[in-house]
Amino acid sequence: MSELSTPLLDKHRELGATIVDFAGWQMPLRYTSDVAEHHAVRTAAGLFDLSHMGELMVTGPDAAAALDYALVGHMSRMKLWAAKYTMICTPQGGVLDDLVVYRRDWEHFMVVANASNRETVVEELRARIAAGGFDAEVADETAAIALIAVQGPRAVDIVTAMCEIGAEDPPALKYYTAANVLLHGGMHAFVARTGYTGEDGFELFVPADLAADVWDLAVAHGADAGLVPCGLASRDSLRLEAGMPLYGNELSRDRSPFEAGLGRVVNFGRADGPERGDFVGRDTLAAVKGSGTAEVLVGLVGEGRRAARAGYTVVDADGATVGVVTSGLPSPTLGKPVAMAYVARSHAEPGTELAADVRGRREPMRVIALPFYRRGA
Amino acid sequence: MAEIPDNLLYSEEHEWVRGDVSPGSVVTVGITDYAADALGDVVYVEAPSVGDEVKAGDVCGELESTKAVSELYSPVTGAVTEVNPQLENAPDLINSDVYGEGWIFKVELSESAQDLMDPDEYADKTE
Repeated sequence: MSELSTPLLDKHRELGATIVDFAGWQMPLRYTSDVAEHHAVRTAAGLFDLSHMGELMVTGPDAAAALDYALVGHMSRMKLWAAKYTMICTPQGGVLDDLVVYRRDWEHFMVVANASNRETVVEELRARIAAGGFDAEVADETAAIALIAVQGPRAVDIVTAMCEIGAEDPPALKYYTAANVLLHGGMHAFVARTGYTGEDGFELFVPADLAADVWDLAVAHGADAGLVPCGLASRDSLRLEAGMPLYGNELSRDRSPFEAGLGRVVNFGRADGPERGDFVGRDTLAAVKGSGTAEVLVGLVGEGRRAARAGYTVVDADGATVGVVTSGLPSPTLGKPVAMAYVARSHAEPGTELAADVRGRREPMRVIALPFYRRGA
Repeated sequence: MAEIPDNLLYSEEHEWVRGDVSPGSVVTVGITDYAADALGDVVYVEAPSVGDEVKAGDVCGELESTKAVSELYSPVTGAVTEVNPQLENAPDLINSDVYGEGWIFKVELSESAQDLMDPDEYADKTE
């Protein structure tokens, strides 16, 4: 795969960021301190470049019907300007990617895919549109669109101050809705109240050639509020504390949304509700919902200092293997090690005392209900 | 560009050694700026204990950051005489002052240190 580049790469280098390869993209891992960046988002605001995320435009008279069939959510029921968290699954019910879909017009949806799965999602959407005979098209506009997120309790003030026309919109937006605004300098932006940090926040989809100007505008209006540039390291620690899954860790082709505790995103329709037709994976997912899964995703909290990392074994009091860690780190907010893990249903009850095998030594960890962190709590 | 002071010696595993490296002398050991950068913010250090016998090239502890965990190797052979007491509550000294307050442990050498790199050799390695 060729190396892809965010339009903000020069900006990140100027800021002295540590740059890493992420799914073929050169992206900032951290600027100075990942823990400081993490705390800035929890207490003030952080500025993220997420231009590696895929923006796929699905348009056409059958766009809604096509997504109803291709995804596990009931996308045709979305209101205009709404956002929806959903998934694209295999016929066997495994997760190909988790997605946020925005309805930009009745016949225009923007599907935001993970960078590592973008090509798969494009191919699958096109194949499913062809298979169902839908009149809809998929255009991959990732290269033309930059995604800049402002996240944290001060995000609403900062994004409002960035607006020239539509400044009343950011504070009025409900979580998971979006609006078009004109930023200072005549730059248009699709602004959504969405994020991946567990805080209030906004994601701004802007033309790639305006990305640097929008970034500077955010810095100019955010500096007094404590806005700091944040890299992907803090994005990962923030999402983990918020109990949000990461594709490749918690989500994969080998696990269904039900195992991940996200069965709610699978919409089978109801007898007394709007009709919901067939969708890819429906039969298998219905069976999984009925039978329950052998393993479930849980949160683990340790009292020690050594963190369980992805791939480590989870054992019960007798030392028998009962699961595997999918993500884990020392939580900056809690000051304790936290992890997400798939464990046998028999050991998934909150309060269950388990242990993680941390490089040959058992570290006690207790099952708790996700998330680890809830804002305002 | 990672800082490489010219008055230290360096190991393959990115530790630095300060002091005379002949038998009987006591050296100070830490990790390099390069290693600290790769780890990110260090949040926990498991250092060897005073009195432990450490051997050059062997694992003697670990360093944990939010992003990763890394084993700590001893660059020299001998007995541990002192462990930095500040790291228990301020492991981030490793990021803020990696060649100073962020030192990790001291060792009384039982044999001459071997296979350590001078600053130029270490710079070539981390280029």
